[in-house]
Amino acid sequence: MKTLEELQAIRETMQKQLNVRESDGNNIRVVVGMATCGIAAGARPVLTAFLDEVNQHNLDHITVTQTGCIGVCRLEPIVEIFAPGEEKVTYVNMKPEMVPVIVNEHLVNHKIVTEYTIGAAE
Amino acid sequence: MKELSLHILDIAQNSIEAGATRLELTLSEDGKGALTVVIRDNGHGMSPELLKTATDPFTTTRTTRTVGLGLPLFQLCAQQTGGGLRVESSLNEGTTVTAVAHRGHIDCPPLGDIAGTVSILTRSSPNLTLFFRHTTPLGTFSFSTEEAREILGSDIALSEPAVTLWIQAYIKENETLLYD
Repeated sequence: MKTLEELQAIRETMQKQLNVRESDGNNIRVVVGMATCGIAAGARPVLTAFLDEVNQHNLDHITVTQTGCIGVCRLEPIVEIFAPGEEKVTYVNMKPEMVPVIVNEHLVNHKIVTEYTIGAAE
Repeated sequence: MKELSLHILDIAQNSIEAGATRLELTLSEDGKGALTVVIRDNGHGMSPELLKTATDPFTTTRTTRTVGLGLPLFQLCAQQTGGGLRVESSLNEGTTVTAVAHRGHIDCPPLGDIAGTVSILTRSSPNLTLFFRHTTPLGTFSFSTEEAREILGSDIALSEPAVTLWIQAYIKENETLLYD
């Protein structure tokens, strides 16, 4: 049975990691659209999948956030990737199983997964 | 929406958009199948004019579309089970959405992943204090970001993936105790 004391242990582990974190200069932002359109299309498990991947592989330089309607409701769930010095990349019709591919190829190895992008869908 | 918890996530996002710093999410089940969901915030609220049309699909504050389906979809969902939805709001004070769904009705979707909904809401804004409370005939489970922040201190955010995922697992485990 999980207890709130476990949160204390997480805090202690994370405080040690905070000291060795890279500077914010190469921070990548992952933004998941979470308006009615995104939620109905399945954005919640997509967001959780990103959190899982980032957590499992200790990708401290990646920030996962949620936002409102991105504007192309018929292509939801939509995820936008903002990396410093690179153009924004928009992934559409997202499913949780696409998340490990994007994290590995794009966020770690800097190779855009073209077939998942809005350009390929349009 | 395939789950009641997705409607709840959607409506609670409106509270966050409305600048709420306090959000109470209360689920009560009476043991005879009626589930009452109360989503109460201290956001900027609605004027009486806006409140009148809040459940109209052609009312929205979003700028990307002229339709807003969150409240009308949740209302329809509740009504289809023989329940309903009510919105109360005062400008600069906040909004309360109350929905009743009859879980035994064939058209009632499952509650679904309420742990996913609550854990995602806890990380939506660093300024938000969220209170979650779920009561069934078997007991009550409650969780607040206040208790989590007290343990984590000021240097570890609730939006850290490890923290969000832990909160999700913690709520999921405690939710099962409310049913068996």
